[in-house]
Amino acid sequence: MRGRWPTLLGQAWLGLVLLFLYLPIFVLALMSFNASPFYQLPFEPSLDWYRALAGNRQLKAASWNSLFIAALTTVIATLLGAMASLALHRHAFRGKRVLQALLFPPVAVPWLITGTAMLIFFFGVGLGRGLHTVLIGHVALALPYVIVVISVRLQGFAPELEEAARSLGASPWQILRRVTLPFIAPGVVAGALFAFAVSFDQFVVSYFLATPGETTLPVEIYSAIRKGFTPEINAVSTLIIAVSMGLVFLTSRFFRFGGVR
Amino acid sequence: MTAVEIQGVSRHFGALRALDDVSMRFPEGSFTALLGPSGSGKTTLLRLIAGFDIPDAGRILFDGQSVETVPVERRGIGMMFQSYALFPNLDVAGNVGFGLWARRLPKAEIGRRVAQTLDLVRLSGLETRRPHQLSGGQRQRVALARAVAIQPRVLLLDEPLSALDKALRLDMQVELKRIQREIGITTIFVTHDQEEALTLSDRIGILREGRLVEEGRPEEIYGHPRTEFAATFLGDANILRGQAEGNAIRLADGTLIALAGPAEGPGPAAACAVRPERIRLVAATSPAPAGRLNRLAGRVEKRIFSGASRTYFVETVAGSLRALVQSGGEAPFGEGEAVILDWPPESTIAVLPDSGAADAAVPALP
Repeated sequence: MRGRWPTLLGQAWLGLVLLFLYLPIFVLALMSFNASPFYQLPFEPSLDWYRALAGNRQLKAASWNSLFIAALTTVIATLLGAMASLALHRHAFRGKRVLQALLFPPVAVPWLITGTAMLIFFFGVGLGRGLHTVLIGHVALALPYVIVVISVRLQGFAPELEEAARSLGASPWQILRRVTLPFIAPGVVAGALFAFAVSFDQFVVSYFLATPGETTLPVEIYSAIRKGFTPEINAVSTLIIAVSMGLVFLTSRFFRFGGVR
Repeated sequence: MTAVEIQGVSRHFGALRALDDVSMRFPEGSFTALLGPSGSGKTTLLRLIAGFDIPDAGRILFDGQSVETVPVERRGIGMMFQSYALFPNLDVAGNVGFGLWARRLPKAEIGRRVAQTLDLVRLSGLETRRPHQLSGGQRQRVALARAVAIQPRVLLLDEPLSALDKALRLDMQVELKRIQREIGITTIFVTHDQEEALTLSDRIGILREGRLVEEGRPEEIYGHPRTEFAATFLGDANILRGQAEGNAIRLADGTLIALAGPAEGPGPAAACAVRPERIRLVAATSPAPAGRLNRLAGRVEKRIFSGASRTYFVETVAGSLRALVQSGGEAPFGEGEAVILDWPPESTIAVLPDSGAADAAVPALP
């Protein structure tokens, strides 16, 4: 019977932590389906807020902006990140270690500071602000994640595989397509999901770099709350949570199976 | 079929002389083993022939044509890697057909040749298996099939059997030999396993610290090694040292050992090699037989029984010598017993003594 109490306590603790994490989200999601605008019980199921959301031009425009920028960020950051990872994996060059070490600080530096720095920089070089700078900023933020994730995958990649392909007469392009990419695919997919999440959930940097009229969803929600709370926010938040959680699940799936194959 | 020749090939990595002025010929259809300890340069040489690396000096000729600057993908070699390097995302047919796919052959042609090659390595029926679903021996066959499916001019094998367990290795030796004969391809393989070199190849090149020490048929090198290194590296050998005296060596205690030929060596120091299976063990009391024999008295230190044979370690004036005797028959000598070792002069091969210190300037490979 020894060891049973610690186990029970541990499970209770875990339960508390999960409750702490998910209860607010659950309440928010629940209230998005409640007819009352003031978090009041009794619960009256309704889709009013989703209907209201569908009619809210600003929120809808911001959602499309967010999706568009997240999608573009994913494509650009994944492409650049995959190429950078391959280069870092294949070649020994001067300053490689410095470059690799420099990949991590942007992940650790507070976004507020990164955002401020980017804003100053983009003004300095004459790019100004707008969705284009939001996109550049997001790509820069997502790139280290992509490179780290793909590089981890590449560590398991034996250089003999590419040598074998060469000895069989394959061109570099054929090798990339048939040998290298299939091997790192799980890493690429996971990196892409990270990039999407980093961009789609991004508030601070978007807030700094976007113009008030044309902005992303998190920034739009923030502005909307400042003007006065409406349950439409619950509805749109529920949608975002669904998308984000779905992505996280996908990511973890690819990570797990990526390791075994 | 292609004859390969390397002429004065050198490859240096910084201060390290991985290969130093090596010349060697690989006749058409020959099966040559490059044998040497790790760091001898054998793998460097194989990679130079494959085209993964370019020599600092010297030439590599395929049928008399210089190929040093031809990149590996256009050199027409088939290479089997020590790790097999099978593509994990492709099935057996995809792996074997990879080189044909890279050459953009029509699908039907690829299918036909894959089937043919799988038939050759006796793996028909496993087309749709993935590498991780195969046994070690099957993976080895797939790797071999993949290398020969492109009908290369030269087949290069890097430690082809080292990843297999012993029983499987013997099977695969026979198989490898059969397949090589069947397609008659010039084959060069790297190994550190002397037994593998002896059983598989019809030519052996022994490398040491970036130099070719000896080259020839397995029987030749085994029977008549010219260097102490080759004698001890290829098979087991007793080395006796002394002063050269014409066709004999005078040991430190004055005993004269007759040789098959004149003693060799820089200066008066000389050495000879005697294979343990050539040495006969007789009782100390037995009279000297007729005929010229080298005889050394000694005492049995220990004996090791290994089924078909027994190895006796006998302490003599020339140091501890090993004699390999077929087990069975006469009652074996016990440990501590006085015995006489004898062997004919024809089995006493004069070899170039190992200088050891002379090559100290060459840094060893890691």
